[in-house]
Amino acid sequence: MEKKTGIYICSGCGIGISLDLEKLSRVPNQPFIKVCRQHGSLCSPEGYELIKNDIEKEGFDSIIIAACSPREKTDVFSFSDSVITERLSLREQVVWGMEGEDDDRQMGAEDYLRMALVKIQNISAPVAQIPDTVSEQILVVGAGITGITAALEGAEAGYKVHLVEKEDKPGGWSTQLYKQMPSAPPFNALCEPLIHAKLAEAGANPNITIHNSTQIESIAGQPGNFSVVMKNGKEETLEAGAIVAAMGWKPYDANKLGHLGYGKSGNVLTNVEFEKKIQEPGEIPRHVLFVQCAGSRDENHLPYCSTFCCGTSLKQARYIREKNPDSSVYIIYKDIRTTGMYEEFYREMQADDQVFFTKGEVQQVVDKEGKLKVEIKNTLLGDEISLMVDMVVLATGMTPAGTTDLNLKYRQGKGLPGLKYDFSDSHFICFPYESRRTGIYAAGTLRAPMDTASCMEDASGAMLKAIQCIEATKRGEAVHPRAGDKSYPELFMDRCTDCKRCTEECPFGMYDETEKGTPLPNISRCRRCGICMGSCPERVIGFSDYSINSISAMIKAVKIPDEFEEKPRILAFVCENDAYPAFDMAARKGLKWSPYVRVIPVRCLGSVNKVWISDALSCGFDGILQIGCTPGDDYQCHFIHGSELTGKRAENIRETLQTMMLEPERIRTEFVEITDYRKIPEIISEYMEEIELIGPNPFKGM
Amino acid sequence: MTSNNKPILIIGGGMSGISAAVEISETGKEVILVEKEAYLGGNVVKMNNYFPKLCPPACGLEINFRRIRQSPRITVYTETEAVAVNGSKGDFTITLRQAPQYVKNSCTACGKCAEVCPVDRPDAFNYGFTDSKAVYLPHDMAFPMKYTIDDDYCTKSSCAKCVEVCEYNAINLQAESREFEVEAGSVIVAAGWKNYDASKIENLNYSNFPNVVTNVEFERLIAPGGAGNGSLVRPSDKNVPKEIVFVQCAGSRDENHLPYCSAVCCSASLKHALTVQQKYPDSKISIFYIDLRVTGRNEDFLNRVKANGNISLIKGKVGKIEKVEGTQNLLVEAEDILAGKKIKKEAELVVLATGIVPSASLFTMAINETGFLSADQAEGIYPAACCKKPMDVSSSVKDATAAAMKAIQN
Repeated sequence: MEKKTGIYICSGCGIGISLDLEKLSRVPNQPFIKVCRQHGSLCSPEGYELIKNDIEKEGFDSIIIAACSPREKTDVFSFSDSVITERLSLREQVVWGMEGEDDDRQMGAEDYLRMALVKIQNISAPVAQIPDTVSEQILVVGAGITGITAALEGAEAGYKVHLVEKEDKPGGWSTQLYKQMPSAPPFNALCEPLIHAKLAEAGANPNITIHNSTQIESIAGQPGNFSVVMKNGKEETLEAGAIVAAMGWKPYDANKLGHLGYGKSGNVLTNVEFEKKIQEPGEIPRHVLFVQCAGSRDENHLPYCSTFCCGTSLKQARYIREKNPDSSVYIIYKDIRTTGMYEEFYREMQADDQVFFTKGEVQQVVDKEGKLKVEIKNTLLGDEISLMVDMVVLATGMTPAGTTDLNLKYRQGKGLPGLKYDFSDSHFICFPYESRRTGIYAAGTLRAPMDTASCMEDASGAMLKAIQCIEATKRGEAVHPRAGDKSYPELFMDRCTDCKRCTEECPFGMYDETEKGTPLPNISRCRRCGICMGSCPERVIGFSDYSINSISAMIKAVKIPDEFEEKPRILAFVCENDAYPAFDMAARKGLKWSPYVRVIPVRCLGSVNKVWISDALSCGFDGILQIGCTPGDDYQCHFIHGSELTGKRAENIRETLQTMMLEPERIRTEFVEITDYRKIPEIISEYMEEIELIGPNPFKGM
Repeated sequence: MTSNNKPILIIGGGMSGISAAVEISETGKEVILVEKEAYLGGNVVKMNNYFPKLCPPACGLEINFRRIRQSPRITVYTETEAVAVNGSKGDFTITLRQAPQYVKNSCTACGKCAEVCPVDRPDAFNYGFTDSKAVYLPHDMAFPMKYTIDDDYCTKSSCAKCVEVCEYNAINLQAESREFEVEAGSVIVAAGWKNYDASKIENLNYSNFPNVVTNVEFERLIAPGGAGNGSLVRPSDKNVPKEIVFVQCAGSRDENHLPYCSAVCCSASLKHALTVQQKYPDSKISIFYIDLRVTGRNEDFLNRVKANGNISLIKGKVGKIEKVEGTQNLLVEAEDILAGKKIKKEAELVVLATGIVPSASLFTMAINETGFLSADQAEGIYPAACCKKPMDVSSSVKDATAAAMKAIQN
């Protein structure tokens, strides 16, 4: 459909001085352009009014604002959702950023305007796809302290919560606790386990249904419309809008700790076993030794720290000291990790002259006629000591219970993708609830090792995310990181060859698949990164405002000078989350780069389709730069593996270059952090030098 | 979702306040976010990088700022403080005080004003290690991207050069502060933290020697946009220090100062050590500690440090820091507990791993004996993250999200 477009060129911030705006205004000489105005300050109230009045009077469906970076003044240049607002960064990308002669900058500005014009023609304003029905019920899997807390918080906010527990009663590990670490000032006395009150509250809450002795047979569907099949004798189906996964933890298998005497003497217990024993009638032993990090922080067992064990041993030492005043307790540790206010309790225990702390490593525990001989290497003094005690408690760590019990009917697997050590943690420091299965949020010890207090906070946060996902689904909007995005992938299935690339590469498991391998999209799972669009060799996938055609058209709109002009052209696909802001910052800092580069921001490097690369090379671009986020173990890509995929797809692209008889150096990928703005001009100038050595693209002018 | 349509007020626009704001707004509720500085991001935006990934905070902040930009449900007031809270859960009235808006929102951040401003001021963002003009952009990636004027340094109408040069009529030197009221259904207090005052730890001579710095100052000595523009420099002579000592628990786990553990300083120093090693592989770093408190999966991070031959981890408490005569170097005296002897270590820069103390609130809230806000406040008021107890960034975001959960229940 023919667009009705208005163009607004700002001459402020030095743009009008640096560029010939009259000449620029003559570029969009096309019938669908209804006005092309210049203004001294488009972001001023007068500028805003000018645009707003035009939209209302002329009925524009689209506008181009040629001014500052699209990251600036977004509050001003916000008109209506139905009016496409294309921002063209003359200030940062051209006037501030481009080095060299005025006419090079002018060509840059004109190219960017041409790119914006064709983009407008090739996109439409996203219209949210709103599901017919959205369930406001929330499923919580696991009724330990995390699950119970999540359920209570959700219920309190007005949502119906179904709490599914595989055991015959709710409460989980917490019900086995004798006491809990102090959670309130002065932090020096143990408190009663909080689980009992929480269980009573949950039992009485009309918004909460607890399903005991129940397994999850399967979960299908997507946020807003999960279909959950539960089994407790018979099968029952439940609709859920979102899910909190709180399946908890398992103690590390102490049978692997034979050297610490476990399994060889009945007086060697794990911390979990001791917590039970202390609540049973019987004599309290006099000499008890705690082995910290029993199988933790140990590359042969659990390499990580389980976080709760130091506090637990201090707590258990207190039980012994309270119940048997004649007792002595020895705690053998690597580091005492009582962070935050738990330090107060540690200090309290240090003040007890019958609690002995020794930094050391327990070498072995041997049963000697009913007593236990513990051999310790004292790492503090370097000597070996041995102690005879009545009981040894192993402070064993936690392992995640695993998530395959969710039985997701997803093409990419039954559980949540785990991070290192199988915890379903987020990889992102800033976004601890990031989930690769949209609408399903891991909480508590399933996510990371943590203690009870921390589980309760974690549960509340995860429930908020579940609620948020339901509400966003009701609006037909994406959740983090492209929160609010109404666009979604649309598939032109006639061309699909069932190659499965999209169903495999989607970081969020959005696609299900028929037996044949045909993709079945689940829009509410989609995070709008466009990685599927980048993966598709048949150009099947696109968004209304971001598509193969729209970017291809932009590429083709750039005027390529012929080779005798000696003005090469480089196309840069730039990740809009990190690399693009780095360009902005470089420009603001007065750094300059080659005027021969044309930048196209992309949602993620993973969304770059091979077609764009061959288009660019066929058009005569001399080189293509892809600038995205750091991949690897500490990846920074907000779409998990978008930038990593770029590397994997390189092989494919090399083939394309080969068939075009072009040098492989004509495409280069660089990874930057958002703060690497100083590197931007360096990357560009190094690449320009390389391209100059290779020489012009032979397709130029063809 | 409950039916109360009043917005939720969030006090504090640091990492926790920002997180609470975006998380709540995306559930469909309205949010008012109030920040006393001219920019959002609090302490976190001053950090060079995060542990354990050594990635820049600006990356996650960019995503969150984008979430704020796109949301029609968030109102941000910068240079604004909440001075009074009245009412009860579901129906609060909050008095806000906004500092004079000498620079209006019509500022385009073109930078002309700073070019003509004749007055220099110590740049608080860089802890005074660098100067800026009296009219200045708070920092490179400031959000909102807008200049501001330092009241204490600007000479106002006697100069007014910035007013003349601004093409957008964005500067009004006659602006006055204003008080106004907003209504809210619930209130999240994410007032954040500040660093313990290191000058109180007299034996460490922070006030006397320029090359004894705190861990937060260290961030600005190494950050891009910091004192060395991305290179690590020491304050006395702006040279790159290659021998660096980190003093853990500087004033923490100490009944004369902060009795508690601040939970982040171990990981922060390990991060600093690794960052310096990445930048300057020939540097030598010593870290004096009591316990290394690096919990959970961050153990991997500790192992990375242990595997680095140029970083020594020494269990022992630092007794004092003296100056090496005739130089700006320092002599750190500590006991090496594992080796059972006292040692002296010369350093070009000493970093004190000082702890977290809560930022003060301008209105009355329940405070417990640790000085932090009590978790339990009047119904409808929820403290979040570091004003409640010390915690790292990820835990703060988690706690802020938990507070958001409470806040939407009104």
